[in-house]
Amino acid sequence: MKRVYPDKEYCIGCHICELACLTAHSKSKDLILAYTVERTSDGLSPCKHVHERGPTCVALSCRHCDEPACVAACISGALQKDPESGRTTYDREKCVGCWSCLMACPFGAIARHPLENKIVKCDLCFDRPGGPACVAACPNLALKQEER
Amino acid sequence: MPVAKRKAQEAAMTYVIIGNGVASIGAIEGIRRQDQKAKIVVIGAEDSAAYGRPLISYLLAGKLSVDRLALRSEDYYVRNKAELRLGTTVTGIDTAKKAVTTDKGETIAYDRLLIATGGIPFIPPIPGVQGADIYSFTTLAHAQTLIELSSKIKRAVVIGGGLIGLKAAESLHDRGVGVTIVELAPRILSAGFDEKAGALAANRLKKVGIEVNCGVTAKEIQRNKNGRVKGVLLTDGRFLDCDVVVVAIGVVPHSAIAKEAGITVERGIMVDDKLMTSAKDVYAAGDVAQAMDQLSGERRVVPIWPNAYNQGFASGRNMAGAKQPYQGGLPMNSISFYGLPTISVGLVNPPENDPDFEVHAVLDQEKEIYRKLVFRDEKLVGYVLVGDIDKAGMYTAFIKFEMKLAGEAKDKLINAGPEVFLWPEKLFDETWNPAPAKAAR
Amino acid sequence: MLFQPINRNYHEFSIDRDKDKCINCKVCVRQCAYEAHYWDESRQKVMHDNAKCVGCHRCEALCPTSALLIQKKKSDFRDNALWKPEFIKYIYKQADTGGVLLTGMGSPVGNIPVYWDKMLLDASQVTNPSIDPLREPMELKTFLGAKPDKLEFTKTKDGSPKLKTRLTPNIELNYPMMFSAMSFGSINFNLHIAMARAATELGICYNTGEGGLHKSLYQYGKNTIVQVASGRFGVHRDFLNAGAGIEIKVGQGAKPGIGGHLPGEKINEMVSVTRMVPLGSDAISPAPHHDIYSIEDLHQLIYALKEASEYRVPVSVKIAAVHNVAAIASGIVRAGADIVAIDGMRGGTGAAPGMIRDNVGIPIELALAQVDQRLRDEGIRSRASIVAAGGIRCSADVVKAIALGADAVYFATAALLAVGCTLCGKCYTGKCPWGIATNDAKLAKRQNPDVAAKKLVNLVHAWGHEIEEMLGGMGLNSIESLRGNRDKLRAVGLSDTEMDILGVKHAGR
Ligand SMILES: Cc1cc2nc3c(=O)[nH]c(=O)nc-3n(C[C@H](O)[C@H](O)[C@H](O)COP(=O)(O)OP(=O)(O)OC[C@H]3O[C@@H](n4cnc5c(N)ncnc54)[C@H](O)[C@@H]3O)c2cc1C
Ligand code: SF4
Ligand code: SF4
Ligand code: SF4
Ligand code: SF4
Repeated sequence: MKRVYPDKEYCIGCHICELACLTAHSKSKDLILAYTVERTSDGLSPCKHVHERGPTCVALSCRHCDEPACVAACISGALQKDPESGRTTYDREKCVGCWSCLMACPFGAIARHPLENKIVKCDLCFDRPGGPACVAACPNLALKQEER
Repeated sequence: MPVAKRKAQEAAMTYVIIGNGVASIGAIEGIRRQDQKAKIVVIGAEDSAAYGRPLISYLLAGKLSVDRLALRSEDYYVRNKAELRLGTTVTGIDTAKKAVTTDKGETIAYDRLLIATGGIPFIPPIPGVQGADIYSFTTLAHAQTLIELSSKIKRAVVIGGGLIGLKAAESLHDRGVGVTIVELAPRILSAGFDEKAGALAANRLKKVGIEVNCGVTAKEIQRNKNGRVKGVLLTDGRFLDCDVVVVAIGVVPHSAIAKEAGITVERGIMVDDKLMTSAKDVYAAGDVAQAMDQLSGERRVVPIWPNAYNQGFASGRNMAGAKQPYQGGLPMNSISFYGLPTISVGLVNPPENDPDFEVHAVLDQEKEIYRKLVFRDEKLVGYVLVGDIDKAGMYTAFIKFEMKLAGEAKDKLINAGPEVFLWPEKLFDETWNPAPAKAAR
Repeated sequence: MLFQPINRNYHEFSIDRDKDKCINCKVCVRQCAYEAHYWDESRQKVMHDNAKCVGCHRCEALCPTSALLIQKKKSDFRDNALWKPEFIKYIYKQADTGGVLLTGMGSPVGNIPVYWDKMLLDASQVTNPSIDPLREPMELKTFLGAKPDKLEFTKTKDGSPKLKTRLTPNIELNYPMMFSAMSFGSINFNLHIAMARAATELGICYNTGEGGLHKSLYQYGKNTIVQVASGRFGVHRDFLNAGAGIEIKVGQGAKPGIGGHLPGEKINEMVSVTRMVPLGSDAISPAPHHDIYSIEDLHQLIYALKEASEYRVPVSVKIAAVHNVAAIASGIVRAGADIVAIDGMRGGTGAAPGMIRDNVGIPIELALAQVDQRLRDEGIRSRASIVAAGGIRCSADVVKAIALGADAVYFATAALLAVGCTLCGKCYTGKCPWGIATNDAKLAKRQNPDVAAKKLVNLVHAWGHEIEEMLGGMGLNSIESLRGNRDKLRAVGLSDTEMDILGVKHAGR
């Protein structure tokens, strides 16, 4: 499957991928509203996070592992592996907010939703026509979506 | 064997899975990763398709309805070409004839068998424990019984201050039942958590009005002349009035049928690194199995959800021919008490004064934040987080991947928390940005 | 604001932040290398300090809501034709610092004519047909190096002819263009890989500049010209043999007559190894080559280099365009150079004193025309190729340069623009916000070689297509036919003297 691979050599730490992810998952699909309104009112938050140390930066999100620790840990069945697309899918309705996945995922790819007992995790922008928003927005080709 | 013949044989392969818990789900997914064609038969004693067993406390608390319990969608078994026989108990295994018999009188032949029968509640030999008004809390049926009861009763005593006991107490309390917890150990959650984390959790419970008694246990369950429970007499002489007693001391491997079939059972069913038992083509996974534990390097029964799924998955793959050894389990628990999240992973209570271990713990009583890190041989081997749990997974990585943390890196982990840049370069690259040929999943 | 120099507010740019659009996401804060944007903790919003803005437009380019506009500061001094604002500001600055005014990039001075803009190209009508480059072959291939005056043949036994003349080595280019010398150190490694890869893909050459060549780039040697300058940085036998040509740098158009100075802060591990200078110490290129005081000395050096490279590659000599450029070029060719590269006064630089950059040297167009003419007059034009550099901005400039007599051009500034440079001219600070003229790890990675190489390739492809169109329009099907073909040029608005120097007629004639 095509995954999103981050390149720490050329990630410039601009955080634009986070903004793109935020917008792609907003109701308004408008960065300004997403960032200034929905972030506070709905707890909208990005699935991607830029990590920095000194000059090194890298933007990480769920790896959509082949054998995901989060799926093994999920007590509600909210997290599952979709055999067709290969994605690690998340069903918000099923999730009970037990944080088992957050504990089990060794890649730190799962975050708590700021307002609700739900999680925030990359969905690979599966329903976005142009593919992953973060990849499209990265100004330095530091995110690539490809088959490896 | 010629390929064509082998293929034909594989197509005819039948996998029988006893038990329909999460280990069984893992197994189905493991088998299907490897083998799309084979026949899978799942035999489950309970009446429902696999459900989130831990969710029964949410159900009892009234936070969820029954229809949200199912672990997989309705068409799951059909899509996976798995035949599901519910309400059916396997009564015997014949490893020579490669068949199982059920309480319905059927005999089902298998090529590969998985025993995933889980655990059964342990009932200690307390005087008065046999009879009415004594309940367990491990199945959907138990939860439904308690829900019905909850409107009729006023007080309950929960024996056992472990994870299941506390969850039962919290849920009953949410239903308006007065609850008292009795725990033999000097603190609650003695298995997975340490003293301080246990105390923070206990405080939350006490705040909402759940009574917690540690260092004592039930000496006798007293009944009235109708045989109904009157209360519990404690070892310290106190007497707790109650209408029902919930016994939640833990579960023991449900291994009777395996033992009867001559399969090696110690504490649980002994399995090798492919999850196979002493009997050929018979595998075991989940709460019933005594499988490899990553940190101790020994085979142990660690009855937790992720281990059950992972063992199920690994056994499924191996039954279907993949030669993929099981990575070993890692104890881990995530549980919240009235909004206070707690997470405990790995080895969190090292033997006291053992110089091999190094412990760093920071407690902020006021904010209810606690963090404890346990190191052995310059590696993180366990941690506890209370309150602030957001970086849990990142800590887990250091344990799971057994990363060496010398000097500065260790100081950073201790002082600034985990971050991905503390990973060895090679692991980082292979994980996040592998060269196309090397992409490890 | 209080407690600051009184002329602090005479800054050049102001930052205009659209309040409706700015979401305080801090992208600008992270992007600005000069800390003009900052997060104000007490106000809980992004603020800016106009005085720190260098006008690089990095923030404007990356602001995700396009809330930013970088403008020239509107405040003007009273008009004074003599005392233009830049002179006023220079004086304020020097009165504060007491130092030489440093600048980066090519001269922005406007009152010296850009002759490219005063020359127009011809096209065929009726009497000779124009050529459609999409349908017919069009040759842009160019060979740099000495060409024989005549060819001699012998006959083999079976009667077929065989070349008897020994040909000297040439550099083969698919386009008459090369990426000009920019040393590793002045620009970073990412751009060096990008240039090397792009040159290889395009079948042209890039020039290492005077900072040596990192070992990992030796694989691109077929498309590399290695440079030897007065500092001799990174020069050793393997280096001399790594490329397809060797260039002796005598002068640079932006700063004729003066040396170079790469500050110690730019000398990181990799630069230090490549240049063979201690880590963190300043790398100083002397103004002259201390072993060249005459044409004879130059001759010795040229042949020393030819010896060292076993006569496998042509040797080029690069000089700045100065008053006597034609005579100097003649001497260079007679000294044995296979290529003469002439760098005009508008050529770029990583760092040069502003006074030198803006006041020393002559425009490339005049120099080029004179050099070509002189070599032809002396009958030695075929002994060397001419490469023109310094202020080539577009494909028409390339075509005009070739019509004036160049074999090929070098461009550097255009290449940097292709990868994002906005000509802010702060190269000398080492904090290039576009990640070009900087070795600061955090800034340098703003140039992803994959992206940069692609852009360079695109640029040369685009220019190549345009050159083909222009050639076809003139009825020519090879770049060879245009070389020194000044009849294809006409001047507009130039004096007789200028036209005489350029060797072109006025439009209408
Ligand atoms: C209330 C509660 C809360 C929990 N919370 C957590 C938690 O938060 N995190 C965590 O990690 N773990 C938790 N656990 C433990 C976790 O649920 C178990 O580790 C997990 O369910 C084990 O899965 P399993 O498939 O091995 O066995 P089980 O889920 O026990 O499934 C075994 C199934 O096999 C059936 N069976 C047994 N014998 C036969 C037979 N002979 N024939 C046919 N069928 C048979 C049983 O009826 C049962 O349905 C909790 C458990 C309980 C009870
Ligand atoms: S957008 Fe690209 S360069 Fe910017 S932080 Fe994200 S990955 Fe890094
Ligand atoms: S959440 Fe973590 S474990 Fe799950 S698929 Fe993503 S990276 Fe893998
Ligand atoms: S938090 Fe939600 S998704 Fe994560 S394990 Fe719990 S139920 Fe599953
Ligand atoms: S792929 Fe989509 S959901 Fe995933 S991190 Fe990128 S923008 Fe977010």
